[in-house]
Amino acid sequence: MSDNSQPSIILQANHLVKSYTQRSGRFGLGSMQVKALDDVSITLKTGVTLAVVGESGSGKSTLARCLLQLHPFEAGEVLFQGQDLTKLSAEALRAVRKHLQMVFQDPFASLNPRMKVGEIVGEGLLIHGLGSAAEQKQKTLAMLEKVGLSADDAQKYPHQFSGGQRQRIGIARALVLQPKVVVCDEPVSALDVSVQAQILLLLKDLQQEMGLSYIFITHDLRVVRHIADEMVVMHRGKIVEQGIVADIYNAPQQTYTQQLLSAIPGRKAA
Amino acid sequence: MQILSVDNLTVTPKNAPSRFLVKNASFQLSAGKTTCIVGESGSGKSLTALTMMGLLSQQLHASGQVIFQGADITKLDNKALQKIRGAKIGMIFQEPMTSLNPVLTVGYQIGESLTAHLGLQGMGLKLRVQSLLQQVGIPIERANSYPDELSGGQRQRVMIAMSIACEPALLIADEPTTALDVTVQAQILKLLDELKTRMNMAMLFITHDFGVVADIADDVIVMFRGEIVEAGSKKQVLEKPQHPYTKALLACVPDAEGLKQLKPIDYAWLKEGKLKDKAA
Repeated sequence: MSDNSQPSIILQANHLVKSYTQRSGRFGLGSMQVKALDDVSITLKTGVTLAVVGESGSGKSTLARCLLQLHPFEAGEVLFQGQDLTKLSAEALRAVRKHLQMVFQDPFASLNPRMKVGEIVGEGLLIHGLGSAAEQKQKTLAMLEKVGLSADDAQKYPHQFSGGQRQRIGIARALVLQPKVVVCDEPVSALDVSVQAQILLLLKDLQQEMGLSYIFITHDLRVVRHIADEMVVMHRGKIVEQGIVADIYNAPQQTYTQQLLSAIPGRKAA
Repeated sequence: MQILSVDNLTVTPKNAPSRFLVKNASFQLSAGKTTCIVGESGSGKSLTALTMMGLLSQQLHASGQVIFQGADITKLDNKALQKIRGAKIGMIFQEPMTSLNPVLTVGYQIGESLTAHLGLQGMGLKLRVQSLLQQVGIPIERANSYPDELSGGQRQRVMIAMSIACEPALLIADEPTTALDVTVQAQILKLLDELKTRMNMAMLFITHDFGVVADIADDVIVMFRGEIVEAGSKKQVLEKPQHPYTKALLACVPDAEGLKQLKPIDYAWLKEGKLKDKAA
């Protein structure tokens, strides 16, 4: 499975290491090294959803950011379609970035309040210089409709939308560039359960339609069961278990995974 | 034994009296029972709890009654309310770090309400604080720690120790585990359940998570847009929901087994008129 010549692998991270220096002690006078990623390797296959699961501080969001080269890291490589992103020049990386997009957790903080929705969604097209102005506009409006908003919404500002609608805008913003890989960092954690169901189904539909591969960062093991095909379990910067979601849920091998699964609320009852 | 009775509670903004934030809510809480209020954001679940503690904002107006130990809480003045809050009604909130004072030791903060309500001081106070820490599973040396030296789960345990310090008849917990990791959440739920049983408290537990409801509730109240649309035993509400909204909401909840087909709520279908017809 770690053979990167296999055509079906779209994104692969090998032996990532990233540490933070954390201030410690009262008034932060001391310092200590915290390993956020300790020799982490993952493989994402084309068209698959890979969930990265862990509790706070497990390194799952750090992993997401390192995959997209948003954070520097000390060691390891990230291969996108066999190309090592760490070796690319800034310019070449920018060109690759349109294939690697991100959907963020907080739909309130991740949209610029002073930009109209049409500008937010179309900005990527503008930056990457894809198509004429008319084509960009047409693509933006089509994307808004695809995520369940209307073309009229392009003229509105983010504050005019509910949390679920904002998350749709965030998804439209990520997908308008027709990316190959989308990293979703807790995309439904801030949403009510009814809205969460809508967004999960939307992500699934779009994946099928556009042939997307997802890295889905979450702490919610119930959501994982519904959206992901494969999963890795992270604990203190290390991957403790990985495999097919159904296999891990039916027979978790590691003690930590067993603890996590048995702590899912409402599992025994209802 | 009935501890608290809410009758026709209605909350409206003072400047918009026709907008109902909570509308005609009625329910009872009994000793030794956990009642969960479940609903989405804006359903009025937290407002209901705030009214029960007399903590409603000045901009809001409450009508109806909240009868606790023979007195209507909505009619009491601040002085009378202070005697009840923290003594007879304990409270736990979602985010323990913002509820604790960062410059006071946790031992001092736990002791505060014991001094205020029971007049405990000196050695008696110290021993009582230690006993409370033990009850919530924190080493007694931690009495001298500051909140930032504790983990999120430990801070919530401190909050619980504070809230049960005066052995309240009613404990109101507003999303107490929402900010916690799932393994810590499981521990805190277990602790609350044990304390409720041992102290024979009534517990009102506010949550949006049906998994948590399944773990901790005896009775369940479902709120939607300010109204109680369904109430009953946990088994009844979770397994045989009657109201269309409850059914629709339950269909959105992902299950750990992944067997269920998620189905988002069709709000158009739930519109005004439909809400009134209880499904057969």
